Amino acid sequence: MTTTDTVSHVSAQPRDKAMGMPRHHMMIFIALFAAMLVAPFVLYPVFLMKVMCFALFAAAFNLLLGFGGLLSFGHAAYFGMASYVSAHAAKVWGLTPELAILSGTLVAMVLGAVIGSLAIRRQGIYFAMVTLAFAQMVYFFALQAPFTGGEDGIQAVPRGDLFGILSTRPDRTFYYVVLAITFGGVLAIYRIIHSPFGQVLKAIRENEPRSISLGYHVNRYKLAVFVISATFAGMAGATKALVFQLASLTDVYWTMSGEVVLMTLLGGMGTVFGPLLGAGIIVAMQNYFASFGAWVLIMQGIIFVLAVLLFREGIIGVLARWIKKPL
Amino acid sequence: MTEAAILSARGLTKEFKGFVAVNKVDLDVRRGSIHALIGPNGAGKTTCFNLLTKFLQPTSGAITYNGRDITGLSAADIARLGLVRSFQISAVFPNLTVLENVRIALQRRRGDSYDFWRSERVLREYDDEARSHIADVGLTAFTDERAGELSYGRKRALEIATTLALNPEMLLLDEPMAGMTQEDVERISALIRRIATNRTILMVEHNLSVVANLSDHITVLARGEVLAQGDYATVSKDPKVIDAYIGAGHG
Repeated sequence: MTTTDTVSHVSAQPRDKAMGMPRHHMMIFIALFAAMLVAPFVLYPVFLMKVMCFALFAAAFNLLLGFGGLLSFGHAAYFGMASYVSAHAAKVWGLTPELAILSGTLVAMVLGAVIGSLAIRRQGIYFAMVTLAFAQMVYFFALQAPFTGGEDGIQAVPRGDLFGILSTRPDRTFYYVVLAITFGGVLAIYRIIHSPFGQVLKAIRENEPRSISLGYHVNRYKLAVFVISATFAGMAGATKALVFQLASLTDVYWTMSGEVVLMTLLGGMGTVFGPLLGAGIIVAMQNYFASFGAWVLIMQGIIFVLAVLLFREGIIGVLARWIKKPL
Repeated sequence: MTEAAILSARGLTKEFKGFVAVNKVDLDVRRGSIHALIGPNGAGKTTCFNLLTKFLQPTSGAITYNGRDITGLSAADIARLGLVRSFQISAVFPNLTVLENVRIALQRRRGDSYDFWRSERVLREYDDEARSHIADVGLTAFTDERAGELSYGRKRALEIATTLALNPEMLLLDEPMAGMTQEDVERISALIRRIATNRTILMVEHNLSVVANLSDHITVLARGEVLAQGDYATVSKDPKVIDAYIGAGHG
């Protein structure tokens, strides 16, 4: 099979694939990677790192929403909790950056398993509400627990030396670490979407009762994708804590959950590249329009309304329909 | 008759808050037969069907399949035992291709597909077999179409191809002819008769006439209870059945 995305109309195309990936996907990935390699010489590296963290976060969220058909409204819990753990590990335990990120990611995974196993018992809006409720509990935990620093968060987190040898203090050095993490994560998610497991996920998204009647234990698949999604969301949050050398309540607040929904819908849910573009647009807006203050939120709101009204498939979704190729 | 039964229900009852939808239904489906479950609107056919396929849990009663008590199993588990159902509204995966639809069923043979790290290329080994199931129902020309784009009749055909790909011992069809044109009804009837040669089929139908030539055995339900059982000749002459249908406004 060549393609499996929601927008696929052209699966019949000959096998123009390289390494199990349609050629145009491969080319987009290579182009993106090449662009990101030189980008820090043109743009501010911290801004780019922020974009990448959110791109990974949105890609993880999209795995759950776009391919698992599950709308979580509490993904800030995994993103934020992982950023606290990663910051704490780097600052208090003095772990190297890769271990700090790893510990944040693992905590998000466990948290995802606990919350996921309770949330998947409900469907639709109830599922979303359960995830939101748990995320709020995590928020209040972050507000009250001593190690998170409450309103102050964890500040002045040292990035440390990668594998104990390479100092990642310079932004340009750490930039390439973040680039590797983001691409690794996004490619891993890509593989998951295009795996036998991903195929069953899509079937469940499309028609859950039918998947059951074919003998699939759908709740186990839902839990699995929930945990995977939480894990990558955690990886993004853990990395972000080291980028800004800060873990704060913003990362775990419900507006963060809303932002990742916005990024995914704007870019195109259920597409491979949509969440990446959506993250880029939203972060760029927040960054370059920061001087407008609260107006940025209003602009985001307007964009969200327009996206829902005019192009529900998101930017990449619309584009994919034009070129008649899944993106 | 009981020893030849592949699927049996005893005292099957389902209550919804103060309303008894299915009341102490006894049912035996003979191995190798085409058995129809019919009844007027609100007779409890669909509820009964959902109980038998475990999409609903009965309030009381027992269901046995191949001599095994399946009352407590989940819907996915009984599918794994070879008891596969269809749906009234066509049950395809609309954004997957026809080939992928059938392959989802064949993929079950790998056991659970939790291997998220593997490329979906491993699924290509099922392509040839999927194509032959697709050819069986006359959909070869649509192999790479999105299932959602197919006409209604073709969706039903695809659904049957997908079901057959599991090679189930017993099929439960929920109103397979609902909403079909006369031409489609004949096509699907022929298909059902063909696939019944080495399988057992239990189908729910609204219309008595549709099942007349198709089924070996008919159970008529009305108000959640078994009204009559037997072959078409017996059942269609039963005054209670005639009464129930006319009483409910159907000829």
